Amino acid sequence: MATAVPGAAAAPRPLLSLSDVSVTFGGVQALKGVSFEVMPGEVHCLAGENGSGKSTLIKVITGVYRPDGVARITFDGVVYDHMTPVAAQAAGIRVIWQDLALFPEMTVAENIAFQEVVGARPRLVDHRAMRETARRVLARLGTSLDLDLPLRDYSIARRQIVAIARALVGEAKIIFMDEPTASLTQAETRHLLDIVRTLSREGIAVVFVSHRLAEVIEVSDRITVLRDGRLVGVYPAKEMTPSRITELMTGRTFDTNVRARSRAGAPAVLTVEGLTRRGEFENVSLEVRRGETLGITGLLGAGRTELALTLFGMRRPHAGTIRLDGEPVRFASNRDAIRAGIAYLSEDRLALGLIQPQSIADNLVVASLDRIIRGGLISRRRKEELVSRWISELGIRIGRPEDAVSTLSGGNQQRVAIAKWLATDPRLLILDAPTVGVDVGARAGIFDIVARLAEEGLAIILISDELPEVYYNADRVLHLARGRIVGEYDPRSITLPELEAAVYA
Amino acid sequence: MTSPFLVLPLRRPQQGLSADLAGPLAAFVLVMLVFSLATPRFLSSATFGSVAFQLPELGLLTLAMLLPILTGGLNLAITFTANIAGLTVAWVLHRNGGVDAGPAAFALGVVLALAAGAASGLVMGLVIAFSRAHPILVTLAMMIFLRGLGEFLTRGGDISGFPAFIRPFGHGSVLGVPVPLVVFLACAGLWHLLLSRTRLGFNIYMIGSNIAAARYSGVDTRKVIVLVYTLSGLMCSVAGIIMLARFNSVRVGHGEAYLLITVLACFLGGVDPFGGFGRAIPVVVALVVLQLLSSGLNLLGASQHLATAVWGMLLVAVMILRWLAGQAVARIERRRRR
Repeated sequence: MATAVPGAAAAPRPLLSLSDVSVTFGGVQALKGVSFEVMPGEVHCLAGENGSGKSTLIKVITGVYRPDGVARITFDGVVYDHMTPVAAQAAGIRVIWQDLALFPEMTVAENIAFQEVVGARPRLVDHRAMRETARRVLARLGTSLDLDLPLRDYSIARRQIVAIARALVGEAKIIFMDEPTASLTQAETRHLLDIVRTLSREGIAVVFVSHRLAEVIEVSDRITVLRDGRLVGVYPAKEMTPSRITELMTGRTFDTNVRARSRAGAPAVLTVEGLTRRGEFENVSLEVRRGETLGITGLLGAGRTELALTLFGMRRPHAGTIRLDGEPVRFASNRDAIRAGIAYLSEDRLALGLIQPQSIADNLVVASLDRIIRGGLISRRRKEELVSRWISELGIRIGRPEDAVSTLSGGNQQRVAIAKWLATDPRLLILDAPTVGVDVGARAGIFDIVARLAEEGLAIILISDELPEVYYNADRVLHLARGRIVGEYDPRSITLPELEAAVYA
Repeated sequence: MTSPFLVLPLRRPQQGLSADLAGPLAAFVLVMLVFSLATPRFLSSATFGSVAFQLPELGLLTLAMLLPILTGGLNLAITFTANIAGLTVAWVLHRNGGVDAGPAAFALGVVLALAAGAASGLVMGLVIAFSRAHPILVTLAMMIFLRGLGEFLTRGGDISGFPAFIRPFGHGSVLGVPVPLVVFLACAGLWHLLLSRTRLGFNIYMIGSNIAAARYSGVDTRKVIVLVYTLSGLMCSVAGIIMLARFNSVRVGHGEAYLLITVLACFLGGVDPFGGFGRAIPVVVALVVLQLLSSGLNLLGASQHLATAVWGMLLVAVMILRWLAGQAVARIERRRRR
């Protein structure tokens, strides 16, 4: 086990420290002898794949879980033998979970200050005092919002600020943020990081739990890496690179060679000319060849998903033509598109990509029922064959095919979603943000599958706002901005920083 | 774009083939045991005769309720759709001689009654599928419309005076099995096959869990919704025709009390009230339990009102038991996984 390196922000006494913490759930160790330390005002990053013990550690610190044996938590000079949620709250420990846990129908002021009026004894709600508290806290963050608007009228970025403001009510000393940048655009992320710096200057420590590694390095003083419930090490952020953190998190090295190769000689599978949907995208022309992976990138709101949904027949174009293998096509619905050989993996796996409560087996066959129906009835044998074929072909790790999809990890869920579309025997596979909510290690596995499918001749459109993904995995990269294609790049003749400069300019 | 407020309705996964059957079967055994010990008259052909004749009306209406519930909806118009179907038969019979009407007239009445029920369901299905209005509102509107229409046509009275050959459809037996029961079991079998083996059945479950994700997967969600309510209306017609033969009369409002009992029966049969999960066979067992309970209490001299109260208590008890069972299963799964 690596030893702790003194951090850049090394102060005489840590704000929070706990050492040799183990947590066991029914015989399995979720944490094994982990030590953790945060300095006052430090911005600290807790990195690790899903299941590495990040959440368990936060729950030990906030008193939700009790560690095995005697594990003392020292916070702000006080030693706690048994931390409890109430004691943690009183001591100034705050957690902002990824789902934010806010009340969409209540106003901004109510969301920020409701804890002040929720007490043991019933009393009247003092709206004036609540608004005053909310206004004061938001001013500290250098922000002002309309206090009387219901929260649902605000974007996710604004809601996050409300969640931070709520955490600051009372005497906050440390704030844990769980995946705070997952659904933010670059500009919104920069604003959030400014707020984090403000908090840090005020002496409030911030612990980030984040997948987006570039941002982690930019904002953190130190990085603690966990893997399989063990501490890998604590590192000064300045000395780290994203690929180094990935290696530490997964214990593997990833080859990050550009996979691009020319497919200029192969026949075109999809040819789009002048495709337009007013207000969404305009005059889009592109071509995807057999065995080619076309990357499409651009910021949120650039029209990526709208373009994909139009190719998938779920939206009608106002102008332009779509040709498949040279034949013009017109889709009345996505059923026509599926029949014609187009598959679309949704960016929103939880709500649209998979039917989460239903079984793995049913999710695998839902788009290809035609293939297992004989004489009007679903053939159980054919269904089992189809399911077991795709589970083994894509290396999906599952308990039983009857288990709900929601029981699988993000990476395995995405494999199920890909398998569902491969079962329809497509010519063109559109992957819209295929690694959202998928661990770093599992992402590589997804892209290995994509590379293999392309090798077998499938035409693939890879949509992602994570530039490294399209840079390393696509043969060509199109840049979509405000609904127009503004650039085409060959990863073999451009560096990643050059591509980033072009797209973020 | 996923909103952080989006609370995904993650439901209990389908566990094995018979897990949802265990509850209703246990209740069946319990009811049999308690009443056989309480009164020696319980285990008699009379009890089972009364159950066999009473079960089909409620049972057919429950089958009509089952499909909409599985899609995450509801059909509040089932009883009045059944009444309108009965009225259609009565109208055809009366136009063709009333008591002297022939079998051909009855056959025509049945066909028109089925068409009327299907039409009622079709209209509701179209409105729900295309306007995306809530099924409760749409079916409530249809329920009020049908009741008003029926009361206007009958002036609130009974319609009777049917030919004698109709009586066996309500009271006759084939090889010792009551005709209404035969009809009900055939319909239940059809529903079982529909739900477990056909494309429509498969898609019903997918839509019930997440209609948007089903649409993205290429399911024709509108067609499924329209078919579900049409089939529901069709099943109401079958119930209405059986009720006409049982009572030898038609009155708008007949069977109105069954409406909420059908929801209860679905729930007792392990159907997820939010849709996506539930099978036909456990619902049939649950129906038998409810009927045995009311017949048993009747034998013990309790009033019909008390039986209704006991049904309500049973529902609450089942909810608590199901919660406790869920806790226990979760504990076992945790242990197994770690």
